Amino acid sequence: MPAAAIPSFLPAVPEIFVGVAALALLMVGVFRGERSATLVSWLSVAALVIAAVLVLKFGVTRRVALNGMFITDGFGAFMKIVTIAGSALSVMLAIDYNQRQGIARFEFPVLIVLATAGMMMMISAYDLISLYIGLELQSLALYVVASFDRDSVRSIEAGLKYFVLGALASGMLLFGASMVYGFAGATGFEALQHAFQGGGARSIGLLFGIVFIVVGLAFKVSAVPFHMWTPDVYEGAPTPVTAFFAVAPKTAAVALFVRVMVDPFGHLVGDWAQVIWAISIASMILGSLAAINQQNIKRLMAYSSIANVGYALIGLASGGDKGVRGILLYMAIYAVMTIGAFACILCMRRQGKMVEGIPDLSGLARTQPGLAFAFAIFMFSLAGIPPLAGFLSKFYIFFAAIDASYYGLAVIGVVTSVVGAYYYVRIVKIMYFDEPAPAFDRPVSPVVGAVLGISAILILLFFVVPAPLTDSATAAAATLFAE
Amino acid sequence: MRDLPLLSLVTFLPIIGVLFIMPLRGEVEKVANNARWIALWTSLAAFLLSLYLWWQFDPTTADFQFVERANWLPQYNIAYHMGVDGISLFFVLLSTFLTPICVIASWAPITTRVKEYMIAFLVLETMMVGMFCALDFVVFYMFFEGVLIPMYLIIGVWGGPRRVYAAFKFFLYTLLGSVLMLLAILQIYFLIGDTTDIPTALHAQIPAAAQTWLWLAFFASFAVKVPMWPVHTWLPDAHVEAPTAGSVILAGVLLKMGGYGFIRFSLPMMPDASTTFAPLVFGLSVVAIIYTSLVALAQEDMKKLIAYSSVAHMGIVTMGIFTVTAEGLQGAMIQMLSHGVVSAALFLCVGVVYDRLHTREIARYGGLVHNMPKYAFCFMVFTLASIGLPGTSGFVGEFLALVGAFEAGQTSRASPWVAFLATTGIILSAAYMLYLYRRVIFEKITREDVRRMADLHWREIVVFVPMIAVVLWMGIYPNSFLKPMQPSLARVMERVPAAASLAHPAPHLAER
Repeated sequence: MPAAAIPSFLPAVPEIFVGVAALALLMVGVFRGERSATLVSWLSVAALVIAAVLVLKFGVTRRVALNGMFITDGFGAFMKIVTIAGSALSVMLAIDYNQRQGIARFEFPVLIVLATAGMMMMISAYDLISLYIGLELQSLALYVVASFDRDSVRSIEAGLKYFVLGALASGMLLFGASMVYGFAGATGFEALQHAFQGGGARSIGLLFGIVFIVVGLAFKVSAVPFHMWTPDVYEGAPTPVTAFFAVAPKTAAVALFVRVMVDPFGHLVGDWAQVIWAISIASMILGSLAAINQQNIKRLMAYSSIANVGYALIGLASGGDKGVRGILLYMAIYAVMTIGAFACILCMRRQGKMVEGIPDLSGLARTQPGLAFAFAIFMFSLAGIPPLAGFLSKFYIFFAAIDASYYGLAVIGVVTSVVGAYYYVRIVKIMYFDEPAPAFDRPVSPVVGAVLGISAILILLFFVVPAPLTDSATAAAATLFAE
Repeated sequence: MRDLPLLSLVTFLPIIGVLFIMPLRGEVEKVANNARWIALWTSLAAFLLSLYLWWQFDPTTADFQFVERANWLPQYNIAYHMGVDGISLFFVLLSTFLTPICVIASWAPITTRVKEYMIAFLVLETMMVGMFCALDFVVFYMFFEGVLIPMYLIIGVWGGPRRVYAAFKFFLYTLLGSVLMLLAILQIYFLIGDTTDIPTALHAQIPAAAQTWLWLAFFASFAVKVPMWPVHTWLPDAHVEAPTAGSVILAGVLLKMGGYGFIRFSLPMMPDASTTFAPLVFGLSVVAIIYTSLVALAQEDMKKLIAYSSVAHMGIVTMGIFTVTAEGLQGAMIQMLSHGVVSAALFLCVGVVYDRLHTREIARYGGLVHNMPKYAFCFMVFTLASIGLPGTSGFVGEFLALVGAFEAGQTSRASPWVAFLATTGIILSAAYMLYLYRRVIFEKITREDVRRMADLHWREIVVFVPMIAVVLWMGIYPNSFLKPMQPSLARVMERVPAAASLAHPAPHLAER
């Protein structure tokens, strides 16, 4: 009996490395005991950095591996780098926070590394089955980190809520996948793409399947109307976890969303484009309107992330490589802004206790001008005011929408961005115009300070040399459409 | 010297000042003083550089000069492209002229957070100059919108009691207008062949059907900036609440962005739509001239009165622009420059008395001529310039704009009523300005605190003297301003078809 050909594992080296690293870190934690949290955290940051290097080495050229289950290409590499960076930064932000909150346990970085492995798998999935495995690996780790502060009722509630709703969404996704399999006869993306070429093999059952998959994915990216979990989970979870949620899983889920819609179902764009349209508009409108009255900064960031997904989905609805390029740039810039903003939120600590109320920021410009300045940069950038990076990210998205002649979508997009500007700018108002509240604790942890400073500088000066990022995004977007 | 990137130098010199102010630390008083001096020197240096620009400027050509170009986003064909022509040159000068004046005018009145204040003004200067120099839509838009951040902070941090409301209103109004322009810019990108280069766009033929929507999108942005009735309501609030220097920049430069946009973009790029919508602009302009003049007549607050008068004066500008006659356009330009100096000076006049008595209520003053004769003189010069007395800058602008309107009234371009109604606005402007002057300056002093008010400080005189000089220069010898802008304006007119047909050889005022 001839030995079955051993599939090439080379393209999956980064994922394998991250998975092994997670297990190794677990061992370190187990043997070194409870006090090893800081060590394991830094080791996991190092592991993630190595993983990013491996992605650049093995994950950029387009290769389908593992019997058609797994793909690497420039698009995936770009999104993986953003995701890994988001994970690593979240781990770094969490070190000091976890210690002060008394929840410094080595499982935290390990779980984040595991989730990252799942996310990388999602981004590289080339089959509905590998997609689901990646998604679940990620989700299960996320449910646990959401309730990581296990003595806090809010954190437990967040984890539970996330788990129940997430399980529901996973179920829907799986149901959709099975319907697609039933009506199209394949689970591999390549086979599906061929099946739909020229509009063939369309049927009501298939459309149902696609809609269910979209529902599951919309949940993961927290797009309206599947966003209900977001504000509660963001508010309840420990702040570094919220930062993590807002960046890494979101980026991975958006990447997955794009790949699923563009690759296997790309030929059915006429059938699903209007669905994306609808959830994009709904997300932008709800995200900007509901944020106006929030008094909790983390809830506000939750609605902001909902609105931002709406903008990213404009790129998907517009289709083509311009749209995908817009999404790539949008998610990259969004990740930096969001990490920076959460680093600021992590500095909101008064007499050893975290505060999260927006009024607590009153007059920050007078008590801590540096912090206020950085926060203001992130807020203006999220509002999309030039010359900050956030403007350029929106610019690329609207560029794609106008190119695709989606004028209605573009107009709704810019108008909601003005509404959104109101609540971002309101935070600047509170920091700069209002009478000072008692100052926050000082000094800020050096790691948080460094993350904050670097991301603020990136956002502020991105416009000076935007070309490198734009170039790599263009190259990455093109690979998704390369046949 | 010709090879130096002069425009970039003028634009980014203030940022260098910011970099020097930023690291200042230590004793509050010392930091404040150093910040003031650094801001003054950098803004003066920028002004001198822009004067050199004017000196080197070739007034015989309509082409862009001092052009600089550097790749920025080569994939999108977006470049850092700068240049000035006769239209933008004077706005650059206006911006660099007013900024040092603002710094001096804020010397004593601003005592809190001086460092940040000066940083905000220098950043603002960079944004304004960059906006007028930009020859790429995306660069233009970045400067155009970037103005919002420093201005929002200036109004909100150093403003009056209702500053938060005013800052928000200013911010959101302007933002809403300009995001629509952003979409129009993107559409133009695809229409003119995948580029955001402004000179290319100025020579492109955009289909008439597309022009309508594009024109309206640009109009949404510029009409808010100008501001035109009925989207002017942010202006009185912003003016009243902003600190004096903030009002100076608002009235002096930011309002001109709208007029500049109409001349630079709306007319040459969307000529058909500009012709179609000209009656709309005339209607709104006339309403603005008459209605806001009447509103100004009823104001009790000095700053509010001047704010409303700004709306009326800018109404004359928009009317002049859309007559698309040589006189109308030149009048609009001169009126904008003149208003930039005069209204700025009037706000400074209000600032002078406000610093002494901390109220802007007209009724609280009266009889200032007795104890503040120098002040009364300065105020008089600017009042008369605002009314448009011959010999002042206001006269040249209003006269040319009205000539343009009358000329357009003889053709089908505009109804004769436009010119007629706009002229009544001039009479109203005399009424409210003289009424204001009488109530503040003349009559008897009745209040003890008014009697104790000191006359102009030497620092205030330093501020007013150059402004008076400019007002008189522009009024007596407008040719030094008109000459460089004529070729560029002529090129704008060539682009508008309906105007070309009625271009009989009209001698310019300057040549008479």
